[in-house]
Amino acid sequence: MVTQDTSKQRSFPKPEFTDAEAGAVTFPSSESRSFNYFSPKKKRATIYEDVTVDVQPDTDRYLSQGWIYAFQNGPGGYPVDWTGLKSTDWHRFRDPNEEWEKTIYHNNSNVVRQIQQNLENAKKAGAYSGWSRGWTQFVERHVGAWMHAENGLGMHVFVAAQRSGPTNMINTAIAVNSAHKMRFAQDLALYNLDLGESIENFDGSMHRDVWHSDPVWQPVREVVENLTAVEDWAEALFATNIVFESLVGVLFRSYLVMQIAARNGDYVTPTLIGTGENDYERDLRYTRELFTMLTGDLEHSTANKRLLQEWVNKWAPRCSRAAHELQPIWSQPQEKVVMFNDSWSAAVDGFRSVLAEFDLEEPKEMAK
Amino acid sequence: MSRQSLSKAHQKITELSWEPSFATPAQRFGTDYKFEKSPKKDPLKQIMRSYFPMEEEKDDRVYGAMDGAIRGNMFRQVQERWMEWQKLFLSIIPFPEISAARAMPMAIDAVPNPEIHNGLAVQMIDEVRHSTIQMNLKRLYMNHYIDPAGFDMTEQAWANSYSGTIGRQFGESFITGDAVTAANVYLTVVAETAFTNTLFVAMPGEAAANGDYLLPTVFHSVQSDESRHISNGYSILLMALADEDNRKLLERDLRHAWWNNHCVVDAAIGTFIEYGTKDRRKDRDSYAEMWRRWIYDDYYRSYLLPLEKYGLEIPHDLVEESWNRIVNKFYVHRVAQFFATGWPVNFWRIDPMTDEDFEWFEEKYPGWYNQFGRWWEAYNRLRYPGRNKPIAFEDVGYEYPHRCWSCMVPCLIREDMVVEKVDGRWKTYCSETCYWTDAVAFRPTYEGRETPNMGRLTGTREWETLYHNWDLADVLQDLQYVRDDGKTLIPQPHLDLDDEKKLWTLDDIRGIPFASPNITLNEMSDEEREQHIAAYRANPNVTP
Repeated sequence: MVTQDTSKQRSFPKPEFTDAEAGAVTFPSSESRSFNYFSPKKKRATIYEDVTVDVQPDTDRYLSQGWIYAFQNGPGGYPVDWTGLKSTDWHRFRDPNEEWEKTIYHNNSNVVRQIQQNLENAKKAGAYSGWSRGWTQFVERHVGAWMHAENGLGMHVFVAAQRSGPTNMINTAIAVNSAHKMRFAQDLALYNLDLGESIENFDGSMHRDVWHSDPVWQPVREVVENLTAVEDWAEALFATNIVFESLVGVLFRSYLVMQIAARNGDYVTPTLIGTGENDYERDLRYTRELFTMLTGDLEHSTANKRLLQEWVNKWAPRCSRAAHELQPIWSQPQEKVVMFNDSWSAAVDGFRSVLAEFDLEEPKEMAK
Repeated sequence: MSRQSLSKAHQKITELSWEPSFATPAQRFGTDYKFEKSPKKDPLKQIMRSYFPMEEEKDDRVYGAMDGAIRGNMFRQVQERWMEWQKLFLSIIPFPEISAARAMPMAIDAVPNPEIHNGLAVQMIDEVRHSTIQMNLKRLYMNHYIDPAGFDMTEQAWANSYSGTIGRQFGESFITGDAVTAANVYLTVVAETAFTNTLFVAMPGEAAANGDYLLPTVFHSVQSDESRHISNGYSILLMALADEDNRKLLERDLRHAWWNNHCVVDAAIGTFIEYGTKDRRKDRDSYAEMWRRWIYDDYYRSYLLPLEKYGLEIPHDLVEESWNRIVNKFYVHRVAQFFATGWPVNFWRIDPMTDEDFEWFEEKYPGWYNQFGRWWEAYNRLRYPGRNKPIAFEDVGYEYPHRCWSCMVPCLIREDMVVEKVDGRWKTYCSETCYWTDAVAFRPTYEGRETPNMGRLTGTREWETLYHNWDLADVLQDLQYVRDDGKTLIPQPHLDLDDEKKLWTLDDIRGIPFASPNITLNEMSDEEREQHIAAYRANPNVTP
């Protein structure tokens, strides 16, 4: 039965028809329905551009009173000299992935669902029961160790760098990159947890020992830690996404784990590692766009290329050494589907092709 | 995911961090705080696997509501008075949001606790969400509301407006200076924990009362993330409290952060709520009543006061003075009057107040009419061009105010204005606390200790300085606050769009000189200045 309390008068706002919708009256600017303070890359601005461009202001654009707080020993805001690279117009950069909140949550949620379904199905199908002890140890030790690299780079390279770029478009692309890395690292950790619950004698803590002290992983850890120590945000980004990822990340994920898992009876791990590869494809796209813009800069092209070449010369040998130190793990699985040299050649080919886009050369040591 | 498996999963992801031995992460942002003695735990227990789908679901709800609002012709019911203030509010707020994302690595740098880093990284992604979801809301308003002018130049207008710098402190303060002062005390302990209540809860309620249910949809979705951020802030605060050496810095930063948030947020949100609404039900809470509930009771009494048990000195005096300024010194009303006085250099329109508004204000703030009533009557009388200049340039007994060097809101409570020569320049401050902020807090030493990481106040802090002795029409052209016919102003002191003769153009404001009060003050002799300051403080600024 419906009852109404009549003892007190309810108070509520009274809606009113105001006819305040577009087109109700014509007057100057009544049809001005696009953000008019930036030039879109194409004819019409995308939603990504509308919600990203100029949210981080710039004294070279409209910020007329300047930054109103500063660090004690330097300027505030987003100083362009927080990197050695230079641009005639940093604001020209647009993320080809057009990342904003809807794409971030949509893409990452899809990955989460894909992984969870795969893992559930794998458990139901007893997919881990056919793993050999050798393969189980490979996943326990090496796939396990890799989670640390992803997390360290996500947290201390990309989260850190997204404070420092001179435009919102650059910093947001880097922030999305960091989200990918941390999600993937956690996916690997939770996979490790799953395996510990599913496979007898699977040591779920071994990944830490391997990352900390297995000699084959120490040069990788050394490079990762050194990448986190870089102060120049663009160097950290370039050295990680262009050099380290090409020579170590892709080498390990694509040219080792993805190639050998199925032949070792494991159809689960590649689906997980594949999501990391997919993330990297997206992240490499914006990274290429940014450094292509900088190497093609009308005024600063030569100086930028010189500095980028220095970074290649500094980081490629370290990454090459780290990659080569990993070589023994190619022979650990029972089914040795690929040889290290073949994987390395494929990784170096990818690296060369990216360097060629920027008109940079591979270091002499690597050309040998 | 069940609570038990979430707990286990969270435990597992804490294994991801390690103690580096080859090189440590770059320290880009320093702090004078110490954390060696800190306990370590992550209050958030958030993992990406549950985070992304949760946020996607929240997004779906928001975007579904947006579609519904358009299909349901929401804009036939929104109050223009309300929507016009959104041109200012939504120009400001995406920057503080994205600044909060950019502040997270500063906190990560400063606090050596890997367990809390995960929560801070999740907050970073949240903040990117908030910034872009708010920009998208503004885009929708621009596309569907009757007058897009002002929305269409939003990020440009905000960056060159006097009002932008007031709002920009709520953003730049997150990302500059001492990492803990900025990214923890100012951002999370005060701005997010206290003042987002009025921003993201009280204000959306008022939006709904004015026919706009999209602002509540978006901002309540945003606010549901804030509770996690509050946990991040509290956790770092407790870590800082573990070291006695941090206590003085915390007390300094609480005073600065509280007072600046009060000056800036109460000025803006108070004005939007009190002067943007058409809902004048007498039992509708005033901003002061909302403030009492959300800030005084929910934050000060429930959150700040319990910190005393850790030996922390809470800025009781500043909390009480904020309340005093809102209730007895008409702070919000003076700010609204200033915004309306300055209407020619706004990028939104301001509706005159009516008898119904007057009655409500007098009911809620006794004495309001005597202080402001006749001025708003003059505003109404002078709202059309042709026979008069804009109200700021007519003699209505209102003296244009000096600007506070610290909070950049003008010195509107005139008797409280402080004038001092600081760093070789005569500067005006709205209050003793704002003077302390510049002269004492934001300095490389504090109470005898070195504070090399503390920030500095910089920039052209008095906006009028940029246009000293310019013609008002040239100011508007420089700002580009002109509509697409090249002459009609974006700002107007009324909402009448149906007759172009009622709309002010560049021609109507040409020949009016614009001046900087601060430059003028610095050009005075000592004697002139003393007289001027005494007269300023004594002037009740009431329209006869």
